[in-house]
Amino acid sequence: MGLFYLFAAVAVLASLLVIAQRNPIYSVLLLIASFGALSGLYVMLEAPFVAVIQIIVYAGAIMVLFLFVVMLLNAPHEDTDYDERVHPLMRPGPMRFGGVLAIALALELVWALTKRAESGRFAGGAVSSVAAIGRLLFTQYAFAFEVTSVLIIAAMVGAVVLARREDWR
Amino acid sequence: MLLLIPLLPFLGFLVNAGFGRRISRAASGAVACGAIVASFVVSAVAVARLVGLDPESRALAEAVFTWITSGDFSVGFTLRLDPLSAVMILVVTGIGSLIHIYSTAYMHEEPPSEYARYFSYLNLFAAFMLVLVLGSNFLVMFLGWEGVGLCSYLLVGFWYRKQSASDAGKKAFIVNRIGDWGFVLGVLGLFVRFGTLDFQQIARAIAPLSPETTFGTVSLITLLLFVGATGKSAQIPLYVWLPDAMEGPTPVSALIHAATMVTAGVYMIGRNAVLFAHAPQTLTIVAIIGCATAFFAGTIGLVQNDIKRVLAYSTVSQLGYMFLAMGVGAYAAGVFHLYTHAFFKALLFLGSGAVIHALHGEQDLRNMGGLKHELPITYWTFLAGAIAISGVPGFAGFFSKDEILAKTFTSGHTLLWAVGLLTSLLTAVYMFRLVYMAFHGTRRRAAPAPAHPEEEEPAAHGAEHAHLHDAPAPMAIALVVLAIGSVVAGYAGLGGRFEHFLEPSFAPQTAEIAADGSVETTLMLVSIVVAFAGIGIATYYFLKNTRAAALLAARFAGLRLLLQNKYYVDEIYDAALVQPIRITSESGLWKGVDVNVIDGIVNGVGRTVAGTSDVLRRLQTGSVRAYAASLFFGVVLILGYYLWR
Amino acid sequence: MPSLNDYLVLSAVLFAIGTAGVFVRRNLITILLSIEIMLNAVNLSFVAFGRALGSADGQIIVFFVMTVAAAEAAVGLAIVISLFRHKESLNPDTFTELKW
Repeated sequence: MGLFYLFAAVAVLASLLVIAQRNPIYSVLLLIASFGALSGLYVMLEAPFVAVIQIIVYAGAIMVLFLFVVMLLNAPHEDTDYDERVHPLMRPGPMRFGGVLAIALALELVWALTKRAESGRFAGGAVSSVAAIGRLLFTQYAFAFEVTSVLIIAAMVGAVVLARREDWR
Repeated sequence: MLLLIPLLPFLGFLVNAGFGRRISRAASGAVACGAIVASFVVSAVAVARLVGLDPESRALAEAVFTWITSGDFSVGFTLRLDPLSAVMILVVTGIGSLIHIYSTAYMHEEPPSEYARYFSYLNLFAAFMLVLVLGSNFLVMFLGWEGVGLCSYLLVGFWYRKQSASDAGKKAFIVNRIGDWGFVLGVLGLFVRFGTLDFQQIARAIAPLSPETTFGTVSLITLLLFVGATGKSAQIPLYVWLPDAMEGPTPVSALIHAATMVTAGVYMIGRNAVLFAHAPQTLTIVAIIGCATAFFAGTIGLVQNDIKRVLAYSTVSQLGYMFLAMGVGAYAAGVFHLYTHAFFKALLFLGSGAVIHALHGEQDLRNMGGLKHELPITYWTFLAGAIAISGVPGFAGFFSKDEILAKTFTSGHTLLWAVGLLTSLLTAVYMFRLVYMAFHGTRRRAAPAPAHPEEEEPAAHGAEHAHLHDAPAPMAIALVVLAIGSVVAGYAGLGGRFEHFLEPSFAPQTAEIAADGSVETTLMLVSIVVAFAGIGIATYYFLKNTRAAALLAARFAGLRLLLQNKYYVDEIYDAALVQPIRITSESGLWKGVDVNVIDGIVNGVGRTVAGTSDVLRRLQTGSVRAYAASLFFGVVLILGYYLWR
Repeated sequence: MPSLNDYLVLSAVLFAIGTAGVFVRRNLITILLSIEIMLNAVNLSFVAFGRALGSADGQIIVFFVMTVAAAEAAVGLAIVISLFRHKESLNPDTFTELKW
């Protein structure tokens, strides 16, 4: 139980810091930390495959991609004047409204969850072996699997096209 | 066979309407006249067959097709020939044929397409009139009723390019419509009360009941029907269209506004004699209105200067006599007068048409005179008609008019009799005034008439006089035949033969007023005296000593002005009815409701939509985050809703 | 031992944080990062449910979600690069062409 709280705290804290940071590099790095905590939670849920996938794919590949882009763009900090003075979370306009809404959503969901108290422990066994998962993936979900490969190809082509330089000198 | 009677003129209408433009005038005229003459022949054959039947069951019926079946209510297009309708169809087709023949010459100056249009309307009118009188139920009669109203509009407004003619046509139709409204209400009332519209069935249903003593349902129904009759037959208060209807060609006036259409109201009452006999209150109203109209119109006719106007008011007046007869229960006498009147009134109109034709369109009596020698045929036939209408014994009008007055007197309506007698005097006076002013004396020339440019040349004066054409052959034939009819038609009523013949049509009903021999003779003598007195008065004032007439006119100038302006009835109607309606429609309904309210609502809806979208478009800020925020807002709401439940 | 509810609550909180980030931040890249946070929160709840129901389906779905997230991140970043080339700014408020 303590482990759960530890991981949970790290995840939440890291996420909060992600959206609070002004420097995007820091945001990316903090997000990696959050992913790490989540990975720990997955292990606690007896899903080691997912945990490892999380680290390898998410933290290792996607976040690195983000880093690359941030460094490539060499983006300045958010540019308007008062940005420097006012903390991001307290900016005016409909965005504050959005923030409020998010809090409302969280409260709603938590309230709903407390109403349906599923405080029991986990029943049933966990499927944690990679072999079992692999078997399911290639038989029952084979079609989805193949479709995702098409999706990846499409994403790859799209990314290349979109990021291409317009001028062909 | 009965169907042929209205069908033949209807076919004539179709031919002339469809092909009139392409065939010659002679062909159009031949088709039209042929159709109506053929109809007359068939009518004669049918009547002959009718007469051969036993008096008790003297009727020929022919069901053509079933018109309406709804639940247990069924109305068929059925024609029925009985003595009353026999008289009517002979009058319509017979006099109609003569008028058709007359028209071939009268309308000769029209271009072929107009000529054909005229004859198509004339045939159509005949078809509808025959449907009216042959129908065996109210619905078929109403079909004919409306149809003749339509044809009246078409024919009165025949020269529609002339504003006054077009207005007169509209006036005729609209005033008729007001009467028709009453008629329809009456028919509906009949349906509610009796559940049927068939004449025979209604008569049989009501016969065993006793007449109403107070103004009840039947009285109301018959009064409504009578309202329709006042419209169609030009009685007070809906007579105002008839004098204006003189804008139409003269043969039209002769046929429709003298002999046939205007008699539809009289026919209707006669057809429903049993029904009306059970509503004494209504009959009294009918008699009073008839008598009042007769007198009223007679006074107006006395001072009119247009030859056709005099005759128009004379028609209204004579129709009043017919309604007076119907009102006192003398149905046969009323129909008899209808029959004789058809002859001499048609004759008078056609004669005036011949005069107008000869004078190339002149209609003002003050510009006429001395035509006796130049238009002999016209003169002598016209004179025959004038004598007939004045009630001189030996001629047709005497028999019928005397009968009406006698029946009025013996049924106890002494005041009405006196007024009727006075009207008789007026009739003779204005009729002979007309004769003298038009045909006797010397030709007067009033203010220059712009329609006759040849008059500007003084040299052509004498030449113009010599160039007056008397009626051409077709017109002359019609005039002569009608003149003979004006003399001999009355003898059909001798010895009560006419009345006897019509009896089955009015049965079962309360017995006709029995005639008292000596009283009748006295009354007859009084009528004769009055007739000659009237002729004498007219002779003095308008032939011998015209200056006395002028002096008299000056003395009673105010009265004369009142009469000349028809008691300002048209003006009163205009102010009291027409203008308020027009103002209500224009300012109230049009500007108020239509423009402000309805357009306001429609435009307002448009404006509201435009305004709302003007506001709503600001949601499209272009800021993606704002869009995401609104999406998310919706999510939160929906989620909240479901969680709440 | 933590119950299902605990995991779900955590997932909800993380999701809310991600949403807040989408609205509040004015840097396109940070917005994309917040979206990743949201996706992760969902992944967590999937796995938790899968464990609770005793089947591997939760993990399978997570597998696919991650794949899609990767594709989406790639394409999204390509778009960001392209946008940056146009306006030299990563502020979403500068891109307002999608309007009336």
